[in-house]
Amino acid sequence: MKTSTTTIRAQGFTASFDGQPAVKSLDLEILPNERLAIIGPARSGKTTFLRSLNRLNDLSPGFAHTGKILRDGKDIYDADVDVAELRRKVGMVYATPVPLPWSIYDNLAYGLRLAGIRDRARLDERMEAALGYAFLWNEVKDRLREPASILSGGQQQRLCIARVLMLEPEVLILDEPCSGLDPISTAKIEDALVALKEKHSIVLVTNNTKQAARASDRTAFFLLGALIEVGPTAQVFTRPTQKQTNDYLMGQFG
Amino acid sequence: MKRDKVIGAILLVVALSAISGLALITVFIFREGVPIILRVGAKQFFLSTDWEPSLGHFGILSMMVGSLFVTVGAAVIGVVFSLGLAIVLTQFSPPWLSATLKPVIELLAGIPSVVYGFVGVVTLVPLIRHSLGGPGLSVLAASIVLGVMVLPTITSIAIDALQAVPKSYLEGSMALGATRWQTVTMVLLRAARSGLVAAVILGMGRAIGETMAVIMVAGNALDVPHGLLDPVRTLTSNIALEMGYASGDHRQALFATGVTLFVIITLLNTAALAVSRQRAGRRRAQ
Amino acid sequence: MRKLRVPPVATQRIAVGFMWILTTITFAVLVFILAFILTHGLPHVTWTFLTQSPTSMGREGGIFPIILGTLLVAGLAVLVAAPTGVATAVYLSEYTREGRLTSVIRFGADCLSGVPSIIFGLFGFVFFAITLRMGLSVLSGSLTLALMVLPTIIRTSEEAIRAVPTSYREVSLGLGGTRWQTVFYVVLRSALPGISTGIVLSLGRSISETAAVMLTAGSALRLPHSLFDSSRTLALHFYLLSREGISMPNAYATASVLIIAILALNVLAYALMRRFAVKAAR
Repeated sequence: MKTSTTTIRAQGFTASFDGQPAVKSLDLEILPNERLAIIGPARSGKTTFLRSLNRLNDLSPGFAHTGKILRDGKDIYDADVDVAELRRKVGMVYATPVPLPWSIYDNLAYGLRLAGIRDRARLDERMEAALGYAFLWNEVKDRLREPASILSGGQQQRLCIARVLMLEPEVLILDEPCSGLDPISTAKIEDALVALKEKHSIVLVTNNTKQAARASDRTAFFLLGALIEVGPTAQVFTRPTQKQTNDYLMGQFG
Repeated sequence: MKRDKVIGAILLVVALSAISGLALITVFIFREGVPIILRVGAKQFFLSTDWEPSLGHFGILSMMVGSLFVTVGAAVIGVVFSLGLAIVLTQFSPPWLSATLKPVIELLAGIPSVVYGFVGVVTLVPLIRHSLGGPGLSVLAASIVLGVMVLPTITSIAIDALQAVPKSYLEGSMALGATRWQTVTMVLLRAARSGLVAAVILGMGRAIGETMAVIMVAGNALDVPHGLLDPVRTLTSNIALEMGYASGDHRQALFATGVTLFVIITLLNTAALAVSRQRAGRRRAQ
Repeated sequence: MRKLRVPPVATQRIAVGFMWILTTITFAVLVFILAFILTHGLPHVTWTFLTQSPTSMGREGGIFPIILGTLLVAGLAVLVAAPTGVATAVYLSEYTREGRLTSVIRFGADCLSGVPSIIFGLFGFVFFAITLRMGLSVLSGSLTLALMVLPTIIRTSEEAIRAVPTSYREVSLGLGGTRWQTVFYVVLRSALPGISTGIVLSLGRSISETAAVMLTAGSALRLPHSLFDSSRTLALHFYLLSREGISMPNAYATASVLIIAILALNVLAYALMRRFAVKAAR
């Protein structure tokens, strides 16, 4: 897997649905090879921001935006941007694992087949690498032809991660990927993210502040659509500069 | 990306042709049928029982009454049996049994109309004639045959309506000590009421549109029926029987009958939709 | 005088017992109808019956041209209506935003699927047979039937498509798929059993249809040599044989063939439905 050097920068980015702003004037940078955690109470715009990064929000009726999200200097919302390519390079993992109703093999191969790559040898090679990075290879290597639905929740989520890795993305965006998973599966995924950051940037939205403290290098705190504070995780958690951050971490609200 | 746009365009063209084709039918039927209603006069057309095409008399009242009697009769029979079936299959039978029986009910829906009519003529009509009198070809025969024919429709929608009631309602009732049957009458039926009403309305819509079976067992006499044992002609039978040799005004009048049917059925469908939306609205308000 | 109180359990037993009687009657009627036709008819369904042409107005001979006529009329109808209906359903659910227009179209399709076949027959007669000068023919008949089953195919396909979870579409798009790729590889693949059920049921309806066919395809007994020839379907043949009293054994036999075909289609539809349910449960 190639090492990514992509930077993503949100510049004055505002996102709204039917006129209601969900993300307000956001300035945030995502650096290569870092794990950025985004924390905050419900309705703070975390998921909206995430879905704007791969333009999945384009599907939502009433979505509008101002400002820019620059990927290596180019606004991803420009008219001549190849959205499919963007989504291959900015791979998303959802809160609930969504295995497609096919075999494990077909789930993993789907992304590449969409891009026109059907060569079995290439698919197999990438599959082994992707499953390895997702810490799932040993568990499924003999079961690739079986339906993906037989896997447990934690395994399915790792499958979804591997599915995205098949496309060799530069950035991984994960929306509360461990919600509803048991601690062992959660730990496995967090370990996988540590290994993955060697070659990717990772943005992790989480409701679980303890997970953010464990599993990230920098943490950003969102509140009601605005970025309140961002900094190295250790610093944000022990010596936050904003009162709101402090209050949230102390459990005063949320 | 471009391929996507091309495919989108093709789909649009196909969809538009399909929709305009269907719209064309509606426009066409109305265009052929409405003028004669206006010419003869709406009051004359709908409220006169005098249907004598050779003399230019076009009154469809007796056929409307015929359709009404037969449809209501079918609805009564259909409701009684369908409700019983639906309740039994959803509440009082083991899952393996209801799973086996449901597709069998669908089978009833697949039997062609002419087969129903034939079996009705050969078995039911003589039975009515011998035991109850009259020609046998009657409102009663038609109601029974139609009732059996719309049974699958009403039953499957009723089953859906019953199964849509949240289990928590039923569990709550049983937790208070009610028997299953008490739960059904006091909770389930009330909660599913709008869905059940919609089922009956849709069943009536199907009954009123039925042609071949009715032709075979209803007698097709042009007089207004006065009792269950009288023969009757429905709107649909009229069209089917006379279309083959009708021309000019006569043909227009048959189209006008078609328009009448179309409007009635659309009204029934709208009513059914409104009734089931009412339930959804009420549930959302809770 | 004390009011008689029937204990609730007893009421339940009576009520449920009564309903089981209703259920039994219903199934008895179904079995009776099938048995009645098949016992009278199957003995006459011989190989010669199926492969020969009718003579003396159907009093003797077989029903081969009629089988062919049925296949042509019903088959062509579904061949036309299925891709059109599925494409329309795909367009309505995947390529347009939900709004006034789509609700109106959906309502229209719902209404038209309830419109009696006789009205389609009327339309087909005046439009295809007369205005377009196709005459009473296989073509008029099948186009009329195609219009008749089109709303049903659109509705069942649309329902099957909407049953596919939105998350599947998001996953596909998130992996870089285009809209059409998502529709083709994910949505249609998942909706296929439901869509096929609708198509198979429409085929059954086309085969059973009598009134509309009578008005548009005519009732010729000869073997149709082209789409512009008139032809007769099994259901119509059965109707004419029995109404005119031409030949009861042949009538029963025709009906038996018809019923067996319908039974086979229903079994197929049921099998497809089950695959649908199994997939949805996952």
